[in-house]
Amino acid sequence: MKGEWVIFPGIPKKDRKSLNEYLAAGGYEAARKVLTQMGSQDVIEEVKKSGLRGRGGAGFPAGVKWGFVPRDVEGPRYLCCNADEGEPGTFKDREILLHVPHQLIEGMIIASYAIGANKAFVYVRGEFHKEAASLQRAIDEAKEKGFLGENLFGSDFSLDIVVHMGAGAYVCGEETALINSIEGRRGWPRLRPPFPAVKGLYGRPTIVNNVETLASVPFIISRGADEFRKYGTEKSAGTKLFAVSGWVKKPGVYERELGIPLKELLEDVCGGSRDGRPFYFVIPGGISAPPLTADELDVTMDYEALAEKGTMLGSGAVMVFPEGTCPVRVALRAIKFYEHESCGQCTPCREGSGWVARMLEDVEKGQLVGEDLELLADVAQNIFGKTVCPLGDSVALVTLGFLKKFREEFEKHLDAGRCPYAE
Amino acid sequence: MKVLSDTTVKRIKEEILPRYPEVTSAILPSLWEVQRELGWVSADAVKDIAEVLNVPAELVFDTLSFYTMFQKRPVGKFHIQVCTNVSCDLLGAMGVVEAFKKQLGVEVGETTQDGMFSLSTVECLGACGEAVVVQINDEYYTGVTPEKVAEILETLKRSA
Ligand SMILES: Cc1cc2nc3c(=O)[nH]c(=O)nc-3n(C[C@H](O)[C@H](O)[C@H](O)COP(=O)(O)O)c2cc1C
Ligand code: FES
Repeated sequence: MKGEWVIFPGIPKKDRKSLNEYLAAGGYEAARKVLTQMGSQDVIEEVKKSGLRGRGGAGFPAGVKWGFVPRDVEGPRYLCCNADEGEPGTFKDREILLHVPHQLIEGMIIASYAIGANKAFVYVRGEFHKEAASLQRAIDEAKEKGFLGENLFGSDFSLDIVVHMGAGAYVCGEETALINSIEGRRGWPRLRPPFPAVKGLYGRPTIVNNVETLASVPFIISRGADEFRKYGTEKSAGTKLFAVSGWVKKPGVYERELGIPLKELLEDVCGGSRDGRPFYFVIPGGISAPPLTADELDVTMDYEALAEKGTMLGSGAVMVFPEGTCPVRVALRAIKFYEHESCGQCTPCREGSGWVARMLEDVEKGQLVGEDLELLADVAQNIFGKTVCPLGDSVALVTLGFLKKFREEFEKHLDAGRCPYAE
Repeated sequence: MKVLSDTTVKRIKEEILPRYPEVTSAILPSLWEVQRELGWVSADAVKDIAEVLNVPAELVFDTLSFYTMFQKRPVGKFHIQVCTNVSCDLLGAMGVVEAFKKQLGVEVGETTQDGMFSLSTVECLGACGEAVVVQINDEYYTGVTPEKVAEILETLKRSA
């Protein structure tokens, strides 16, 4: 199948690639090429040309973001790698940390050189002890070999990478909250502008990129932007790690080209339904992506096609639900997550997520009246666009998405005075 | 120092602080260090950290209060955390929670009387492809079913 393990050939065997194994497979050649033959602007241009978009959720073009770092300011700049992997349904970055940590380090060397950073941080979610240990070991191996530290590959460029552990807060995956968390503060998102590229960590120009984004960079440098563009679509170039969970026979992480039909991913790659029961709905991009109903599954997995259907590719986390799943329960579970994770800074999100959760609880018990569904929609809608970070928007989009797609199911709860799915 | 050991103080000063351009960044790793040593983070530990880093204790308290993985009171020797987010829920997480509750004789949020086990439910642990996922101290247990709970508890007791 097209795009099958081209950028991450080291993952499917599920063993950890040591430095020597990574070198034997051509590892660190891209970093060497960049540091010995390329200017920082050439690197940015090549990444722009590749069309690589952020794999953390928002899909912003990586090269364009790097280009926002001002060229002319003196003093330190920073690269932060986002390994918070907090979006429910997402479990792809840990594959990179566990199995090909050197590929991430190499990507970070290249990105740091491009933006002129001599210090980089990897923000790892607090639960990922094993993943952090694998990465730290790789950093130590690279240091020993002279791939990190001073004068890399004989150049005058130096780089130091620090692993920084989070401590259980979804919002710290948001890039400005992540920056506050590295500074040792509560993980409250910051107002933008100023954008981190201009004023981020310690008030300095900072780029935040997802693990998968950075680990895709060595391929682009060593094989070229055109080779990368052979996969995917015009606007969604390259391949993607899809993390599929829920009601499929073979859940897991799969690299395929962007634009793969969702049905192909579910049926051919993941073996179809666990017990033959038809799929009822699919969340295509992490819990914050509104659901696709069974008759909307003829869609390709790229940024544009999913946006057209009113949802998003997000982190590439696909969650699959069979017939017999109560959509109200899933919506409620999602909103309770946001209620728990709302950082409390913005009133609409802090209060609104709780209101929506309590109303959904009442829907599940069949204790609302029909008009109250309008109120539910109204409360959700009123959170949208009124918060510092998009966590509040997710509360609105998820609630409205489920309400729109499964209105009848919501009403059945109210008519029955209970959950019709409960035995 | 009220509660921090010399080893921890040394580690904060010699290993953690030099990694960062600014001292406040050492707060989170120091809290981790203390929790690793003492099992939880007490008010006295916070004051100690503030003293070692020479930052206001209020700042350390503020940071501590924000993050759910720092234990603000003692927990059992084994902290059992069951993921109940959507993918785990779909594959029966609530049944796993019930099994732990029944076999430990505690509710979610409680610790057994012998101080051995604490039970919590948590949000997505980032391993949804292997649902149901349970984190016990630093370890992930995957593909957990209610039937496997007794065996998990037995193994933990034997290792204690
Ligand atoms: C509430 C919230 C949580 C987020 N969590 C993550 C995360 O766990 N990992 C991640 O890479 N990006 C996460 N993001 C997106 C980041 O803000 C940011 O866009 C991303 O790290 C940029 O990297 P990229 O351009 O390489 O994708 C989150 C955003 C929000 C609003
Ligand atoms: S939903 Fe349980 S690990 Fe993600």
